Parts: sequence; structure tokens; C-alpha cells
Amino acid sequence: MDYEVVIGLEIHVELNTESKMFCGCSARVFGEEPNTFTCPVCLGFPGSLPVPNEKAVEYTAKIGLALNCNVAGYTKFDRKNYFYPDMPKDYQISQYDLPICYGGYVNVEMEGLAPEGSDPRGYVRRVGITRVHLEEDTGKLTHIGESGRIGGADYSLVDFNRAGVPLVEVVTEPDIRTPDEAKAFAQKLKNIIEHLGVSDCDMEEGSLRCDANVSLRPKGAKELGTKSEVKNMNSFRAIQRALAYEIERHGEVLEGGERIVQETRHWDAAKNVTMSLRSKEEAHDYRYFPEPDLVPMELSKDWIADLRKTLPELPDARKKRFMEIYKLSAYDAELLTSSKAMGDYFEECIKSYSDAKKINNLMMGELSMHLNAANLKIEESAVTPKHLVQLLKLIDDGQISGKMAKDVFKEMFETGKLPKIIVEEKGLVQISNEEEIEKIVDMVLEENQKAVEEYKSGKGRAFGFLVGQVMRLTKDSANPRLVNKILRKKLP
Amino acid sequence: MAISKKEVEHVALLARLSLSEDEKEKFAKQLSQILEHAGKIAEFDTKDIKPTSHVLPIKNVFRKDEEKPSLSKEDVLLNAPAKEEGMFRIPKII
Repeated sequence: MDYEVVIGLEIHVELNTESKMFCGCSARVFGEEPNTFTCPVCLGFPGSLPVPNEKAVEYTAKIGLALNCNVAGYTKFDRKNYFYPDMPKDYQISQYDLPICYGGYVNVEMEGLAPEGSDPRGYVRRVGITRVHLEEDTGKLTHIGESGRIGGADYSLVDFNRAGVPLVEVVTEPDIRTPDEAKAFAQKLKNIIEHLGVSDCDMEEGSLRCDANVSLRPKGAKELGTKSEVKNMNSFRAIQRALAYEIERHGEVLEGGERIVQETRHWDAAKNVTMSLRSKEEAHDYRYFPEPDLVPMELSKDWIADLRKTLPELPDARKKRFMEIYKLSAYDAELLTSSKAMGDYFEECIKSYSDAKKINNLMMGELSMHLNAANLKIEESAVTPKHLVQLLKLIDDGQISGKMAKDVFKEMFETGKLPKIIVEEKGLVQISNEEEIEKIVDMVLEENQKAVEEYKSGKGRAFGFLVGQVMRLTKDSANPRLVNKILRKKLP
Repeated sequence: MAISKKEVEHVALLARLSLSEDEKEKFAKQLSQILEHAGKIAEFDTKDIKPTSHVLPIKNVFRKDEEKPSLSKEDVLLNAPAKEEGMFRIPKII
């Protein structure tokens, strides 16, 4: 049977406020000594009372506006009850029926064929945003035992530093159809939130976390199939691989005439599988009720309108501007605006160098290659926009060849030295003196009579060989354009 | 609105309470009475009344996003029945 894949995502982002959601403890707790940023409120001591962080509410509304959502005029917090040692209160303050934002969408540009479409050059998937709500993050558990996992652990340790950090949850409609779309959506969402500057969005540090609901249904069916929920996907690649695995698993179960069990499964990146948590029969009965310790919030139309005015330029608008002002192709502009840091890097370069295409080529070529090989982010690069622009100018001035530039790039990536200094230190100077090159060309022609004959008899390949000989003799320092020109002149 | 013994068991499980058979019977009866009493509210016509999530006439109470000192590490763990490496030590979860 032909199945249609249905995926919905729940993405959590920690806000980068100074203080926690309901108390004044620092919210910048990643990597800090355990339990050093806690107080009676975030430890859930009896008698302590929460007071919401104004900035966190504002940031949540901002995210909603950036995702084309409505911002609620009336919204409130609710109590979500569950027993798990990551929350000291045995409940989490969250939002249930009246989230701060609801009903938005994100357009995601995809490469390749739409699953049921026909545009050969790529397509746009519009992913609906069901809601964006605000809650508090939980504490962190460390399981002590042979496996280091919860199953089979002897006991666990709790660090409440993260408990109470403002956490925004973005829930999508089940509009996603492939693992690639899920990955692209998550990347786009990260990009938008980075542009807003309200979260660090670091998957490795856990400030952006993604869960997915997956189900299959017979093609054309209206009703959704039974879903499984996949957690613990710690990278964009993991999202893609975990979903691909889960879709295949669903397909096999259904084809085998069996039924999917509704459950939560963890992605194991090392083993490349999702695994059922085998927890005891868990009743998802959170008994939500309005949080009695907090009063409702009314967000006025004026407040929302003022907030909208503070929204910065978002990735789609930035891409459009790059295409219009710098005459970049849609493809180049898409890549350059695929993360905030990438766009910022490009804009820093273009301030002191006017050829956008050349900047783009160097960024997407050498820079990306070295960053990928070293597994670094662009903001960690030793090659700054200043380095990159100086290198482009050295090439333009004919001081170094493109080939030499590759070596200089490698050196500056490794040492952080400016290209001018590397060129001086290594004595790299391009020979652009025509007389000098002519002498070398004459020598090469003299010594390679056979190749010259071959060229004369119509073998074009011989020309490249002769160019190579000149470059070899000059240790790649001859200006290749001049070598070509002189050789053409000399060869009848 | 009668509460069955099964419902009492479900609610007890959610609250991590262990009840004897006698208690289950007793609480089923008591909870039914409480619900019946509260059920009287349903007799009122509330067509023109807005849903209430909070009884106080207050809204929009916020604090500024400012960091305040936290408790000392020693104070945080003072009452912990068990601790290890600056963390609360808890029995195995599953």
C-alpha cells in the first residue's frame, strides 16, 4: 500500500533573558556548577511565589509575530501536573488553552521535487504554526550506573540550575511530509529566532530542542494514523535520520499487518535507531488547571503593535535585499542568509569590498570547506571578514594568484595571521613581469619540443602541459593569465 | 455524579498515593458527595458570564528582567536527605 507520511514538530527554545521565568536567579546557567543558581521559587519551596519575567513574555510574543501568528489579547499560565524528579514542585508552570500566540505559518524553501508536486527546481512548503507558548524549563538529571542511562541506573542526581529558565514551545501543524522538510523547517525556525536575538538556539548546549510526532496513513486518507513521538534528536542531522528511521519502522509494522503503538521513543544516534522507553504504563493525564499563583495577562493591541515595530529584519527579507542590492542569485542569497552569523559575516565584508559575487564565492568555497573540515561555526573562524577582504584585494591587485590564495587561506585559517603578513613571511610574490615570464616560456618551449610538435598537430592537451611546466619552474608564482597569453603568442 | 472505585484508583496513581481497599470505597463515596455538592453550580444559568480563571480583579503582574542573588550552595542542599557532588541524590526512577 502507498502511505503518506505526516510529521509535526514541537520545538523548545530557551530564551536568553538575564533572569529566570519566575524568579531573579540567573538564566545563563549552561556549564555552571550544579545548584548554584537556585532559590526558594525555582526550588519549589512551600510559601514561595512566582512572578513572571516581563521580557520573557515580550520575547514569546516576538517569536509569534515573526512566525505570522496572532498574539492573544488575553492569556494565562496553567499548572501541568506530573511526577518526575526534574521538577521540584511536581508540576510545571506552562500554558494550556490560552497560549500567548496561535495560528501562524513559516514558508520553507526546499530543493528538489515536492513529494506530490511537479516543480523540478524546488518548492515551498508552508508549515502551519499551531501555537507558541511560554513555560519554565526543567532541571537536569544525571543517571548513575553502568549504562549512564535512566534504565538500569542505580540512582540519579539532580541539578536545578536549569529549572525555571524561560522556555518557549513552538508547535507545528502536521504539515511536514519528509525528513528533509522537517530538517529544513527546524533550520529555518532557528534562523528566524537567531535573527530576533531572543535565544542562543544552540542544539549542542540544549537551548534548542526538537521532538517530532510521526505517523503514516494510506494515501488519500483524511484521518491520521497512530503516531509515535520521537525525542532526543540533538542535531539537524539527527532529526533527518531519526525521522527516516521512524518512517521505515512504521511502514514495516503496518505492512506486516500489525499496529503502531502510541509511545515515546528515543533516538539513539550511536546505534542509528529509535528505542521505546519501556516506561511503565504512563497515563498522560496532566490535570491542567489555571495557575492559582499567577494572575492572567492582557496584552493590548497597542502593546502588540509597538512590539511588531521592534521586529528586526528576518531571513526572508534579508534574502530579498541581498538579491536586489547585491544582485546575488536566489541560490547564493539563500545560502548567505541561512544563518544570522553567515549573513552578518557577508555584510561585514561588503562594507569594505564591493564585489558581492567574489565574497560569496570565497565564503562558499574555501571558507566553508575549511569550516566543515574543522567542524567549526563561522563565528568561530580565525579568518574574519577583514582577512577575507584583504585576500580578495591581494588577488585583484595581481600580487598573488588564485592558486597561491588557496595556500594563504589555509595558513590564515590555521594561524589567524592576516594574508599580507603571510605573503611577506613566505616571500610569495606573483611574477607579473612579462619579460621574466617570456624567458621562462622560451626555456620551456626549447626543452619540450615533443609537446610543441603535438600541439602543432592539433593536440590541445599539450598546451595545458606547457602551462604546467612554466608554473612548475616558477613554483606556481607566475601569473597564469600572462603565461597563457605569452604561450599563445609564441606558439604558431 | 458518582465516582467509581476505578476512578479513585486512577487519581490515586496520578498522585502517587497507595490506598487500601477500605479507603478506596470510602473516598469513592466522599468524592462523589463533594462533586455532587459542587455540581449545584451547574444549575445556574451562566450564558452571559465570562469564564473565570482567577478570582482576583488583578492582571499583568510582572517583574523586570533583572538578576538577583541565588541561595548559597550550602543552603540549597541543607535539607536534602541525600546529596552527591553538589547535587540532590534521588532513588532510581524506573
